[in-house]
Amino acid sequence: MNLRMIAYSVGRILTVIAATMLLPLFLSVYYKEGIAIAYLVPIIISVVIGTIVSLKAPKDKGLYVREGMVIVALGWILISLAGALPFYISGAIPNFIDCFFETVSGFTTTGSTILADVETMNRSLLFWRSFTHWLGGMGVLVFTMAILSAKDTRTTYMMRAEMPGPVVGKLASKWQFSIRILYMIYITLTALETIFLLIGGMPLFDSIVHAFGTAGTGGFGIKNTSIGYYDSAYIDYVIAIFMMMFGVNFNIYYLFIIRKFSQVRGNDEIKWYLGVIAAATVIIMLNILPIYHTVANALRYSFFQVSSIVTTTGYSTADFVQWPMLSQIILTLLMLMGGCAGSTGGGIKVIRVVILLKTAYHAIRKAASPRSVLSVKTDGKSVEDTVVHGVLAYFVVYMLFMGISILIVSLDNMDFATTVTSVISVTNNIGPGLSVVGPMGNYSGFSALSKIVMSIDMLAGRLELYPILLLFSPRIWKRN
Amino acid sequence: MNVVIVGGGKIGRKLVEDFNNEGSNVILIDIKPSVCEQVEESYDVRCVNGNGTSLETLNDAEVRRADLFIAVTENDENNALSAVMAKKLGAERCVARVRNRIYFKQLDFMRSALGIDLIVNPEYATASEISRILRFPAAMNTETFAKGRIELIEFNVGEDNALCGKAIYEIYKKYKIKVLICAVQRENDVYIPNGDFVIKAGDKLHITASHSDLSQFMREIGVIQKKLKSVILIGGGRISFYLARLLLESGMQVKIIESNMERCQELAEYLPKADVVCGDGTDRNVLSEEGIDRVDALVALTGIDEENMIISMYAKTRNVDKIVTKVNRISFSDLMENSGVYSIVTPKNITADMIIRYARAMNSAKDTEIVTLYRIVDNRAEAMEFIVNKESELTAKPLSQIKIDKNILIAAIMRNNKVFVPDGNSQIAVGDTVVAVTTKPLTTLSDILA
Repeated sequence: MNLRMIAYSVGRILTVIAATMLLPLFLSVYYKEGIAIAYLVPIIISVVIGTIVSLKAPKDKGLYVREGMVIVALGWILISLAGALPFYISGAIPNFIDCFFETVSGFTTTGSTILADVETMNRSLLFWRSFTHWLGGMGVLVFTMAILSAKDTRTTYMMRAEMPGPVVGKLASKWQFSIRILYMIYITLTALETIFLLIGGMPLFDSIVHAFGTAGTGGFGIKNTSIGYYDSAYIDYVIAIFMMMFGVNFNIYYLFIIRKFSQVRGNDEIKWYLGVIAAATVIIMLNILPIYHTVANALRYSFFQVSSIVTTTGYSTADFVQWPMLSQIILTLLMLMGGCAGSTGGGIKVIRVVILLKTAYHAIRKAASPRSVLSVKTDGKSVEDTVVHGVLAYFVVYMLFMGISILIVSLDNMDFATTVTSVISVTNNIGPGLSVVGPMGNYSGFSALSKIVMSIDMLAGRLELYPILLLFSPRIWKRN
Repeated sequence: MNVVIVGGGKIGRKLVEDFNNEGSNVILIDIKPSVCEQVEESYDVRCVNGNGTSLETLNDAEVRRADLFIAVTENDENNALSAVMAKKLGAERCVARVRNRIYFKQLDFMRSALGIDLIVNPEYATASEISRILRFPAAMNTETFAKGRIELIEFNVGEDNALCGKAIYEIYKKYKIKVLICAVQRENDVYIPNGDFVIKAGDKLHITASHSDLSQFMREIGVIQKKLKSVILIGGGRISFYLARLLLESGMQVKIIESNMERCQELAEYLPKADVVCGDGTDRNVLSEEGIDRVDALVALTGIDEENMIISMYAKTRNVDKIVTKVNRISFSDLMENSGVYSIVTPKNITADMIIRYARAMNSAKDTEIVTLYRIVDNRAEAMEFIVNKESELTAKPLSQIKIDKNILIAAIMRNNKVFVPDGNSQIAVGDTVVAVTTKPLTTLSDILA
């Protein structure tokens, strides 16, 4: 274990995150909120600690899988602690565990809140809350690398730990270029959404904040009724479509830019993704038609909610806890699937679900004719056995992890739907669940223990389990 | 520079590493997903999983934007085909590894007819390197510049050597021979020494001079330059074949020990002047019988590194004057490097060096003038040859008045076919060939200014 290198890398992450806090600091000065100190303190602490540990580049630059995972896990925990300080120091959220929960929820693009009334919060804090979504969506390390042009060659391990999906595809031969391309796409789409929302009559501040929430597939709203507050079909559709776009693997956009349409057409994941969205939208639309009377209205609410849940954003325009049970169950299943690999969405990821389903189908066929040789294919190519095994193992670990979390959260003695869906929702980085934690509810009713467990769930979900699990394994900390 | 490499084997990996360290954009094509995964994990490069002769794969690897395309898979035909395809797709230069003897004989035809810019044959390159070493046995390694007029040798200072404990300026004063000690490797550090640098036993010196000066210098310091007359080659693979031919041409006696009868017959057929012995080269009885006690040099070329190393160590105990060992994996080679008797060759490094040298020269063809480039001291320093083709700050003043980066040393200058070792009063002129030794990569001669 190369502890010096871990400290060095984590230090750099902290410094960069401190720099991003300058934005809400300026806003708070601009709006004359008088809470500049709430940002100055964490900025100074992070810069001082970050600079001390990263002042001198260590001689031994060896970074391997273990170091990469530990850097990512530690980095995310530390920036969440630093990012929680503004809420605590300004007094907006009095309990530090709540502050931490809220910030983790921000960076991991979950969007679960412990606030009952967000509308009373300072604007700069609301901005910071949503900005964490935008930063966390693409990945904090990725952001650090995009800013500090890292020349270290062994960054792949860190990138892999942070980027979602079973196989990480690189766009260009160097990480630096790949990340720049991704960020260009990210920034362009975010800007486009802001413009579209402005056209729909949403105020500038609200447009930017909501675009951040959509881009990171986070879902922190700034109104108690989320997007429902604006009550505009145009805004609903704009946000729903952009959420859907941010749930797509960003490589697809790159393929579009470099005009490799045949590769886009050959991509199975996006077909499944769009197919699932279409099917779920139609079923839920038919199911909720009696409540909303017209097809247009039912389609509007159904499409928005499906898009919001499947991409793990978590915005809402309706209180879907009131919808029929079929719709609620479909939404819960969508929570587990999540977006595409290589997007900002959370969840198990469409590609893993596709591989799982195909493997299961083969297992059934093999039961009938044991001698048949079958290979799981995606994008017209066979999937390596090791990848299939990896996906199966991931699924099992995922389920076990959620099972244990549910057990701990059940100590709070909430009802069944709340207990189960709250854990599903945080682990998949969605935001709202069902019952008490539905779109109109919040997470403030849980005990401190549950909130800490859920914070870990969110981090584990965002980083795809292993980095967080490894961080808690004593073996990894041994020197050799 | 954009580099596309097909084949992630030993040489492919080495090239990925070297080009990546130089800051080039590297894309590797390999048919095995596991190779891709490993390479992407270890280096900041992209790997495309697929067949290097498939148009789709080549397009995916953006071959049309490549400055250099290198095909180094196991298969000659695939390499040639990939290279031709890449050229047609718009790659600027193409390199292919071709090791089949038949293709290699029609090299010029293949170059002109197929448009492959450089054809490398690792076995042939290794064989020529070994033959150079055997011609200058006191050195562990030799390289040549300026079409052979300047030599660069790697020389190990033994315990009882006359140079021990002397500062470099003393050495120059005492022997008055125009040689230059341009790099010293001491344990794990590399020094570009100045005059006050004191030589210790165990140092590895890199010395440049003309061939005759160098021979004289070696004689003066008490290293006997015995001409090698008889050589045993253990293992009868492709390297042995090329090496035997080169050595026979220069008049040495060559004996090849190979265990496969069929291969022996083949060798005997193609190399009528060589003694081909069918037997186990790791068997000491066989070695004694074939005269290991009488031979001047031994070259261990079997396919197994460990065998080669053990044969070499055994040969040392039998007082063989010069021993060359082929090692494919470089990991343990330092086990044997504490004496001038041993020289180690690693085919993948020799091949990678050739290609890197070509890339550098190609790169510089645009703005300057690198003619040859050698990487010395385990790739930690470079010796390169430039041609000065225009007036600049460098040609304006004598060397003592120019601020030169302290990691760089001007090792030799050749003017009108005469080689001299420069001192402070020397002045570089247009048309000169300049050899510089450096621990930081250079692309143009003006980079040597501090």
